[in-house]
Amino acid sequence: MEEKKPTGNVVETKSFTFANLPVQLTLEMGEKLGPVTLAYETYGELNTDKSNAVLVLHALSGDAHAAGLDKRGVTGWWNSLIGPGKGLDTNKYFVVCSNVLGGCKGSTGPASTSPSTGKPFGTDFPLVTIGDMVLAQKYLIDHLGIDKLLSVVGGSMGGMQALQWMASYPDRICSAVPISTTLKHSPQQIAFNEVGRQAVMADPAWKGGNYYGNCIPGRGLAVARMIGHVTYMSEASMAEKFGRRTRENKEPFKFSADFEVEGYLRYRGDSFVRRFDANSYLYITKALDLFNILNGHQIGDVFRGLKAKVLVLSFKSDWLYPSYQSQEIVKACKLSGVDASYCELTSDYGHDAFLLETEQERQLIGSFLKTVANSNCNGGYSH
Amino acid sequence: MNNNGGSDRAIIADWVGEGSSVLDLGCGDGVLLLTLARDKSVRAQGIEISDEAVHSCVAAGLSVFQQDIDTGLAEYADKSFDFVILNQTFQQVKKPDYVLREALRVGKKVIVGFPNFCYFADRVQIFLRGKVPVTASLPYQWFDTPNLHFLSIADFMEYCQKREIKIEQTRFFAKNRRVRFLPNLRGEVGLFLLSK
Repeated sequence: MEEKKPTGNVVETKSFTFANLPVQLTLEMGEKLGPVTLAYETYGELNTDKSNAVLVLHALSGDAHAAGLDKRGVTGWWNSLIGPGKGLDTNKYFVVCSNVLGGCKGSTGPASTSPSTGKPFGTDFPLVTIGDMVLAQKYLIDHLGIDKLLSVVGGSMGGMQALQWMASYPDRICSAVPISTTLKHSPQQIAFNEVGRQAVMADPAWKGGNYYGNCIPGRGLAVARMIGHVTYMSEASMAEKFGRRTRENKEPFKFSADFEVEGYLRYRGDSFVRRFDANSYLYITKALDLFNILNGHQIGDVFRGLKAKVLVLSFKSDWLYPSYQSQEIVKACKLSGVDASYCELTSDYGHDAFLLETEQERQLIGSFLKTVANSNCNGGYSH
Repeated sequence: MNNNGGSDRAIIADWVGEGSSVLDLGCGDGVLLLTLARDKSVRAQGIEISDEAVHSCVAAGLSVFQQDIDTGLAEYADKSFDFVILNQTFQQVKKPDYVLREALRVGKKVIVGFPNFCYFADRVQIFLRGKVPVTASLPYQWFDTPNLHFLSIADFMEYCQKREIKIEQTRFFAKNRRVRFLPNLRGEVGLFLLSK
């Protein structure tokens, strides 16, 4: 994220609180949570019949700030896709993005204050699932008065949320675009997340999750993020970006960051620590690992009856969420009789491609959404 | 690609029943599926490997899957489509025998269309010029062609007999005109409606 001086309209992050006591939200694992706050942003205008709303769903480390500039001058994480004239054209669509339940960017999560103790939840925060994140989003969509979303769009964990919308609230969406994602986390994906969690929990500053107000487990979280970044890139993109180039200003220490790739990972790790809560990292990676949209269903039944149009996208060099996992989603759609399409896009960027390789993605999503909007799914909205 | 000016589309549209389900293997930019959706209200689905063609299909609102049909149709149940179409794709797949078997498993009926390699203009080029033919229906040079198999109408009919595939209907044409006599000599393109 680059910082620029805000020019023109600064996007404001709003918040919505629901499930106030005594009406609490019942989570998938049976625990109760409330009140619940979601931070969210909106771009574009909701039309009069409220039929042009698109919900954008963020990945592991994302937040509600998907597009435009915030008051600190930071550009949104999917600004290349969302904006006037872009794939998610804010001249036509009302785009909504909220920070997930369990997150640390304004939505209720482990760093929030527990109403029963008056202190941060820490690890007393209940386990949340992708299903719980989507349930909370449904409350927000209800609050905004939107009966049926024109689309739900997201990559990686955002793609899982899109799949969850398809399975849980099929009548509330006209279409879905799950990108670089999976029906369920594989052992390899779980393994990488577990190494990240162990790094956090092995940091003495973690203190069982009760570090708020004290030193944060920054070393552990930075290592977790470094592992993450390795899995988000491809061998080719690393070779292209860093080669075996060494850094200038080397420190006089045997294990200093000699290579540019080392310096890059350290930088990404350190900057992540400044903007992300370590406990949120544990909870959200756990939600990813627990994700299994099949949940006992046959693959041909999970989306049965879904009327929404689905566009599944994957990227060739993505080895963390490889194309075969997207093809499994496609298989589930085909067997369920869902109106679906699948494109495998060319890119060297690995898993990061869905955030970076936006030109083809932008065109595809743009033209797909146009056909959805013209299909009158949502009470005659057209442009 | 072939230059029969859409005669094949008209015949296929004639064979395909109103409101039926259609899977087009190698659907290209989706022109045939769009015709069938418009004229016959079919439930259309396409499989295509080329990036640009797939993107065109998405922009046209078609259901399309970027996939290699040579790897089979494992995710489709038996007889899950009324029609499976292999129009101008059959001679371009690596394993035509396997692909056609899969098409006949998934479709109640299968439509196959291909350029006839023994059309007289092709024969003339082979015999008189001693060269691999380049004609309207086979427009490619030998070193740069998507066509991997060269078959004649007679070859295909013999093949169907051997595989016990029922030929329900045929249509042959050259330069947009129907050919009734000596199709293996005078037909530039053959279309077959098959079942098993």
